[in-house]
Amino acid sequence: MDLSVQIGSLRLANPLIAASGCFGYGVEYAEIVDLSSLGGVAVKGLFLSEREGHPPPRIVETPSGMLNAIGLQGIGVHRFVAERLPELRERNAIVIVNICGTTLDEYVEVARILSEAEGVHALELNISCPNIKEGGITFGCSLPGTHAVVSAVRKVTTLPVIPKLTPNVTDVASFARAAEEAGADAISLVNTFLAMAIDVHTRRPKLTNIVGGLSGPAIRPIAVRMVYECRRAVKIPIVGMGGIATADDVLEFMIAGANAVQVGTMNFVDPFIWTKLMDGIRDYMTKHAIARLQDIVGTVDTSAREKAWISS
Amino acid sequence: MPVDIDAAVIANRRLSADYNVLSLAAPEIAATARPGQFVMIKTSGGQDPLLRRPFSIFEVLRDDSGAPIGVSIFNKRVGAGTTLLSRVEAGTRLALLGPLGRPFEPVDPPAEAWMVAGGVGLAPFVTLAEALASRGTRATLFYGARRAEELYCVELFDALGVSVVLSTEDGSAGVRGRVTVPLSAALEQRPLGNPVKLYVCGPTPMMHACAQLANAHGRACDVSLEQVMGCGLGGCYSCVVQARGADAGKPHHTRTCIDGPVFDARRIVWETIAAHH
Repeated sequence: MDLSVQIGSLRLANPLIAASGCFGYGVEYAEIVDLSSLGGVAVKGLFLSEREGHPPPRIVETPSGMLNAIGLQGIGVHRFVAERLPELRERNAIVIVNICGTTLDEYVEVARILSEAEGVHALELNISCPNIKEGGITFGCSLPGTHAVVSAVRKVTTLPVIPKLTPNVTDVASFARAAEEAGADAISLVNTFLAMAIDVHTRRPKLTNIVGGLSGPAIRPIAVRMVYECRRAVKIPIVGMGGIATADDVLEFMIAGANAVQVGTMNFVDPFIWTKLMDGIRDYMTKHAIARLQDIVGTVDTSAREKAWISS
Repeated sequence: MPVDIDAAVIANRRLSADYNVLSLAAPEIAATARPGQFVMIKTSGGQDPLLRRPFSIFEVLRDDSGAPIGVSIFNKRVGAGTTLLSRVEAGTRLALLGPLGRPFEPVDPPAEAWMVAGGVGLAPFVTLAEALASRGTRATLFYGARRAEELYCVELFDALGVSVVLSTEDGSAGVRGRVTVPLSAALEQRPLGNPVKLYVCGPTPMMHACAQLANAHGRACDVSLEQVMGCGLGGCYSCVVQARGADAGKPHHTRTCIDGPVFDARRIVWETIAAHH
């Protein structure tokens, strides 16, 4: 059984990646999850400097989902390289670093530092965090901005570059195309949906940041649709995510067009989810006599549904 | 190392309309749990509520031979998750992840331990009282609630030889007033040469007040904080509090799940916690 995935020059043993912002710096989970058994570990978003993030409350539950406004609290790229990367290297993790910037120059500088560090395997560009005002999503919500960040980072690194797209746009496929044209090796989507929850008794927003990003199974069908749209728009690999909770969810994303997937919110609910997903994928491959998992990517069969329209 | 147990409910003992003690079969967690640690419980089999809830390990349950068989939690019905846990019946299975978090460090004789509990803040103190008893450390529990009916499970502490000082806001049991009234009086009377350490758990304003009293009397004080948690493992950064480092430098957002829930009270920037409650 071949579960491997190729993303640019990087080969992942399987399509399961821990989603950025949902897995700390990876080392927090090393005691209970064999990091080397994952396709990859996308570590928490890093700026050049440390950031304190937003005051709590930072999360609130919603039906089948949660809102978060952590505000990209982080230790900064230098401390990451010095204090976290050695353990990740020792544990043979495939490390995908999520990088952030308030300016184009900051993305470039963070990318340059990580490209020189030993044990970083790919860069995921966070141009989609809905919770910070400056930078980030202002690039991700503009086609020229997306193109500019991706091409600037592309120039300073040989690592695979994976911009993470926001769903908070009208036509996500056009952003996928802009990323591909700028030289991205792959795209990942979706980041969280900008959302809000209010306490009706106090009339206060439930989050200090007032708004936050919605994740979890609640967003999954929208994310699947967006992956499907992007698959028809670009040739580069797609890393799909949005509320994946079961092996069937992984397969749904892959059939829609994802080459690999990330699991975020549901890792909070079940940190031992990885072996369950892997077992379920293997069972599916056995049942459907699939030797190579990549063969199912983008194989959604819309023809029968299209015929129904013609005959009606 | 934390494990995830598909734990059967052994018993659900109702204490009042709002409080219950839920016993769960989880020998692997019971065997390694240290005083003041917590578990993350999935309160429903489905996706609403989606996230687990953190609960202090209330008791370590043992069979007749003394072997650990499970843990109990002290549950107060507040929201959707705790309401589900107030209703579950014996035999139901719940996912239980633990033990988690930085435990209490019990003091040894001749130091004394003073536990200070407000309401549901009683939860982490049975396990601490057991650890203190096994060390031969003299222990006192200052336990406050609004009224007499809301003081629970005092017999567990009596059985461990803990001196119990009750207080109620309406005066229906023990000292009239908040738990800080008898605590303050006891601190006043305590000669400085006799070491005592405070362990506090309860509502944030109560913990803040106890921390101030401890500081004013030059006594060590640990607090067990409760924050909204997403994962319990340090992955999500939801449960942060402003805490100073060990060097008492600039405070940082610090994860309650893995750097706590037990903190030296002097590290906590109380105003930043009170602001969002």
